[in-house]
Amino acid sequence: MIKLDSLSKHFGKTVVLDSIDLTIEKGEIVVIIGPSGTGKSTLLRCLNFLEQPTAGTMTVGDLTVDVKKASRAEILSMRRRTAFVFQNYALFANKTALQNIAERLLVVDKWPKEKAYRRAREILDQIGLGEKADAYPASMSGGQQQRVGIGRAMAAGAEVILFDEPTSSLDPEWVEEVLGLMKQLASERQTMMVVTHEMSFARDVADRVIFIDGGRIVEQGPPSEIFYNPQDPRTKDFLKKILATNSV
Amino acid sequence: MDVLNVEYMLGLVPVLLRYLPLTLQLAGIGMVLALILACLFAVIRVLRIPVLNQLTIVFISFFRGTPLLVQLFLFYYGLPQLVSALTVIDGITATTMGLTMHFSAYMAESIRAAIVGVDRSQTEAALSIGMTNGQMMRRIVLPQATRVALPTLMNYFIDMIKATSLAFTLGVTELMGATQKEASGSFLYFEAFIVAAIMYWIVVELLSKLQNHLEIRLNKAYNR
Ligand SMILES: Nc1ncnc2c1ncn2[C@@H]1O[C@H](COP(=O)(O)OP(=O)(O)OP(=O)(O)O)[C@@H](O)[C@H]1O
Ligand SMILES: [Mg+2]
Repeated sequence: MIKLDSLSKHFGKTVVLDSIDLTIEKGEIVVIIGPSGTGKSTLLRCLNFLEQPTAGTMTVGDLTVDVKKASRAEILSMRRRTAFVFQNYALFANKTALQNIAERLLVVDKWPKEKAYRRAREILDQIGLGEKADAYPASMSGGQQQRVGIGRAMAAGAEVILFDEPTSSLDPEWVEEVLGLMKQLASERQTMMVVTHEMSFARDVADRVIFIDGGRIVEQGPPSEIFYNPQDPRTKDFLKKILATNSV
Repeated sequence: MDVLNVEYMLGLVPVLLRYLPLTLQLAGIGMVLALILACLFAVIRVLRIPVLNQLTIVFISFFRGTPLLVQLFLFYYGLPQLVSALTVIDGITATTMGLTMHFSAYMAESIRAAIVGVDRSQTEAALSIGMTNGQMMRRIVLPQATRVALPTLMNYFIDMIKATSLAFTLGVTELMGATQKEASGSFLYFEAFIVAAIMYWIVVELLSKLQNHLEIRLNKAYNR
């Protein structure tokens, strides 16, 4: 379970996240939508402590931290409970596909080599890239790189996988294979928080859609409500714009 | 001018070859120590570790800002005067120290530039999976920075091999020192020093070959 209490993030005087309260159950698939620059990425990055939140408390699994007083150990522990999938894949350029996935098990979880690589191979097979084990990121397509990126996040065995626009950098031809893998994870009830503009994915896969604007949660609910019966004018406005280019 | 005494030159080759290992030892050990020190300095500079950062800046500035020969004399003649326990410091040790510190200062700067040049997405990904700063440096950043810094570092290594010849001023009989002795015995200066020059040249050429080889290997991961 994930719980945010009055989580805020300021950059200097700019308030990017304004006292967010949010609870996400284990196994829940949450899709976050909203206009550009409203703090969607920042929210995910705060959960992974890639940004240090300014105030509030954060609970992931059995760890609760007051973000202002978070110690180094707590920050590491929080990062290890939350896995991140980046828009630009961000695979380790000096490591093969297999090593990218095994890295965390080896270095962070200190698994023995053999066990770590065995597990990494399982994941590689699961994401359909078994034959790419020894390929370096530079030699893989965007879609393959992003699938390895997701594989790396899966290896973490994290409480939640955070996806920040995982298909936005992809050539259209690779989008489906990445969404397909995410759907597979969703069907296994892996807890996920996904920032995306893929509205059909949100409609088909999400248990809950959260609309964020100006650093606040404006409206949330099951996709059927948010997409077909939005209440807030800002949600309506956003959906009108995005659905003009993206049919649900 | 007499013709070149080729016979003398050929005879000199095996004599001087015996001193080549010491030259290579000075450069080899100097390089390894300089690399370790340079990595340390670079990490201190990048992470801006308080106090150490300021000390490192001064150290680097001093060793880049003064001639190597002056530094060697400082270590060889100056240190024993300052610290009486060091009265036995020999030329080889002083040269190794001098080369290490002088070149570590230069190498620290190129390693630092290479580290800073590693894409931010790489460090974020490392942190996101829960690595500590140290793990991130060792496993992700330094290997990638090495590839970028390698050509420059190899050039410093080549410079260092040539700089070992200064050791003869501290009475060390390495390749240059031996040549000097041979030449002043035979008065065939041109012959003696051209043989020494060719030896340095061959070593450097071999290293350049190795450098190309290493670069191709290290770039393997990054080529499509
Ligand atoms: N490191 C930073 N320093 C200062 N301001 C920042 C920083 N990172 C983000 N911001 C600001 O915070 C706001 C929210 O950014 P964020 O990236 O979270 O938005 P987003 O909802 O993900 O937008 P997009 O849909 O464009 O990705 C933006 O106004 C951005 O300029
Ligand atoms: Mg964003």
